[in-house]
Amino acid sequence: MSHFVVPPALVLLIPLAAAALLALLPDYRLTARLNVAATLLTFLAAVSLLLEPHPTPGSYLLVDDLNVVFIALNTFVGFTTSVFSASYVGHELETGRLTPAYLRFYHAMYQLLMCAMNVALMANNIGLMWVAIETATLTTVLMVGIYRTHEALEAAWKYFILGSVGIALALFGTILVYVAAQPVIGEGLEAMAWTRLMTEASRFDPALLNVAFIFLLLGYGTKVGLAPLHAWLPDAHAEGPTPISAVLSGLLLNVALYAVLRFKMLMATNAAAIAPGPLMVTMGLATLLFAAFMLYRRRDIKRLFAYSSVEHMGIITFAFGMGGPLANFAGLLQMTLHSLTKSGIFFAVGHAAQAKNTQRIDDIGGLTETHPWLGWGLVAGVVAIAGLPPLGIFMSEFLLVSSTFARAPLLAILLVLGLLVALGALFLRLNGLAFGEPRGASHPVKASSAPLFAHLALVLGAGLYLPPQLVTWFQHVSRLLG
Amino acid sequence: MPNLAFDMAHLLAGSLVLVSFMLLYQDRLSSLLNVYALHALVLALSVAWQANLQNAPHLYVTATLALGFKAIIIPVALRQIIERLGIHREIETVVGIGPTMLAGMALVGLSMVVMLRVTAAAAPIARQDLAFALAVVLLGLLMMVTRRNAVGQVVGFMSLENGLILAATGARGMPLVVEISVTFSILIAFIVIGIFLFRIRERFDTVDISALDQARGEQR
Repeated sequence: MSHFVVPPALVLLIPLAAAALLALLPDYRLTARLNVAATLLTFLAAVSLLLEPHPTPGSYLLVDDLNVVFIALNTFVGFTTSVFSASYVGHELETGRLTPAYLRFYHAMYQLLMCAMNVALMANNIGLMWVAIETATLTTVLMVGIYRTHEALEAAWKYFILGSVGIALALFGTILVYVAAQPVIGEGLEAMAWTRLMTEASRFDPALLNVAFIFLLLGYGTKVGLAPLHAWLPDAHAEGPTPISAVLSGLLLNVALYAVLRFKMLMATNAAAIAPGPLMVTMGLATLLFAAFMLYRRRDIKRLFAYSSVEHMGIITFAFGMGGPLANFAGLLQMTLHSLTKSGIFFAVGHAAQAKNTQRIDDIGGLTETHPWLGWGLVAGVVAIAGLPPLGIFMSEFLLVSSTFARAPLLAILLVLGLLVALGALFLRLNGLAFGEPRGASHPVKASSAPLFAHLALVLGAGLYLPPQLVTWFQHVSRLLG
Repeated sequence: MPNLAFDMAHLLAGSLVLVSFMLLYQDRLSSLLNVYALHALVLALSVAWQANLQNAPHLYVTATLALGFKAIIIPVALRQIIERLGIHREIETVVGIGPTMLAGMALVGLSMVVMLRVTAAAAPIARQDLAFALAVVLLGLLMMVTRRNAVGQVVGFMSLENGLILAATGARGMPLVVEISVTFSILIAFIVIGIFLFRIRERFDTVDISALDQARGEQR
C-alpha cells in the first residue's frame, strides 16, 4: 500500500549502512572522512525531500510539511558536526583521551544516532517513533560515557536512568493513545498511524487522551530538558565528547520536542480534551526562568552552554504553547536558529577546551588574543544566542515577546525577565572567557573553522534577510501547528 | 466461561502488583533477583492468558520472551555479575522499608483512582489491566528512587518495563511491532547496563551509585 520513493529511504539507509561500515573499518582518518561523506549524502537526500512533492504516507513512514523542516535541519547540523568532529577527534587521539578502537565505536554510534533521529522524525506510527527515540537515547548514553572517567560515567548513568524513566512514561502515554484510538479506528497498525489519528481524534475519549498527554509531555519532556526533569542534561553535555554535546543540544532535543508537538496537534483536534497550550506555557516559562538564574553559578564552560540550551528549550516550548500563527512562527524560527547557533558555539567551545586543556571557566581567559578566530567566533555565537540584533535569534525572540504582549502581558513580563537575566549571565561569563589577560595553558589547535562560521553566517543572514520562500514555508507550518 | 476468563486475567495482573510489592522490601541482592524472576514469570503467564483470550497467537511470542529472557537469562546473568563483583552484602536503601511500603500503597491507590475513572468507556479487561499496569510502573519508579545500588535500580527499571508490557498486551490488538521492539529494547538496555556495571567496577570497585555521586565539576 505504501508507494515508496527513493529519498525518504535514503535518509534512513545511508546512516544505517554507514554505521555498519564504520564499525568495521579500523583506520581513523578514513572513518572520520567517511563519516563526513555519509552525513553529507544524507543531507543531500534530505534536500531532495524538500524539493520533491511528498510521497504518499505509508503505514510506517510519513513525509509532510511539518517534519521535512525538522529533517532538513537535522541532517544539515549532522553534517557540519561531523566536519567539526573530524578535527576534534584527531586532537583527542593525539592526547590519548580516545583510542582507535573507541573511535570506531564512536563513529558507528554517530551514524546510528543520525538514523534513529531521522526515523523518529519520519515515523507515521507512534510506536515506531517511540522505538526510534529510545534507540537515539541509548546511543547517546554510550557516547556520553565514552571517556570512561569518573565524571563521564556518572553523567552517563544519570542520563540513562532519567532518560529511561522519561521514555517509559512516554511509552505508557503511547499505549493510552492506542487504547483511546482502538474503539474508533479498530485494532491493528491503523490505530497507531499519525495520518489516521489526526483525522479521527475528534471522536476519541477525551478523558483518556488527557491522561495520555500528561504522560507524553512528562516523558518526552524529560528528553527535551524541561525543568524539573532536566537534571541529566548539563552532565551529559559536559562530560561527553563535544560533538555529541552539539548534536544533543542542536538535534536530539528538537526531535523530542517534535514528538511533543505532534501530540499537541492531536490534542487540539479534540474539542473536549484539555487544551495542551497552558501546560506547555507553564513548563516552558518555569524552565526558562530556572535555567536563566542557574546560568550565574556555572564554573564549567560546557555546562554553561548546556544550561543555555535548557533556557532556549523553555522559550521554544513556551512559544509553541502560546500557539497561534505568530507565536508558532517565532517558535519554529527560534528552534532552527538555536540549533544552528548552539551547535556552532559548541564547535568553538570544543576547540577552546582543547587549546586550554580544561573546561573550567576560571582557567580560560583572553581567547581573542591567543586564538583570534576561535575567540571571536565564540563572541559572535554568544551574542547570537543571547538574542542581540542583528543576529537571527533577536528577531524570533522579538516576535515572540511582542505577540505575547498583545495576548498575555503578564506572561510577557516574565518572559522578558528570563531573557534579560540569561543575557546578563552570558555576558558576565563571556567577558572573562574572551577578553582580558590570557590565562591558563595555551596550545595551538588544528581547528576547522568552516562549520562554526557557516553556522554563524546562516544565523546572521536570517537576522538580516529572511528569503520570502522561507517565510511562506514557515507560515504554512505555523498554521499546521494550530 | 466469560467470568473465568476475566477472573484469571484479573488474578494474574493483580499478582504482578503483589510481586512488585515483594520487590520493594527485599534487602539482599540475590533474593531481589529471585523475586524479579518471579515477577517476569507472572508477566509471562499473564501475557499468555491474554493471548488465549484475545485469540492472538503473536502474543505467545511476547510471553515466551518474557519467560525465557526475563525470567531466566537476565536473573542468571545478573547473579553472575554480582558474584563476580562480590556484592552479596545487604542493599542500602535510601528510605526505610516501612515508609516505602506506605508510599507504594498510596501509589497503587492513586493509579486505581486515575485509571478506572478515565477508562470508563474501555473494555473491562483492558481497564483493569491498565490500572494494574500503571501501579506496577509507579512501584518500579519508587523502587528506583529508594535504591542506592546500581543493580537494585536496574531491577526496578526492569519491573517498570514489565508493567509497560502488561499495559501493551492488555490493549486489545496492539500491533506486534511494538511488543517485540519493547522486549528488544530491554535487551539493548540490558547490554548497556551490563557495560556500565563492568566499567564502574573497573574504575571504582563498587556499584554503589553514591560512590559515583561526587564529581559535579562545580560546587566543590
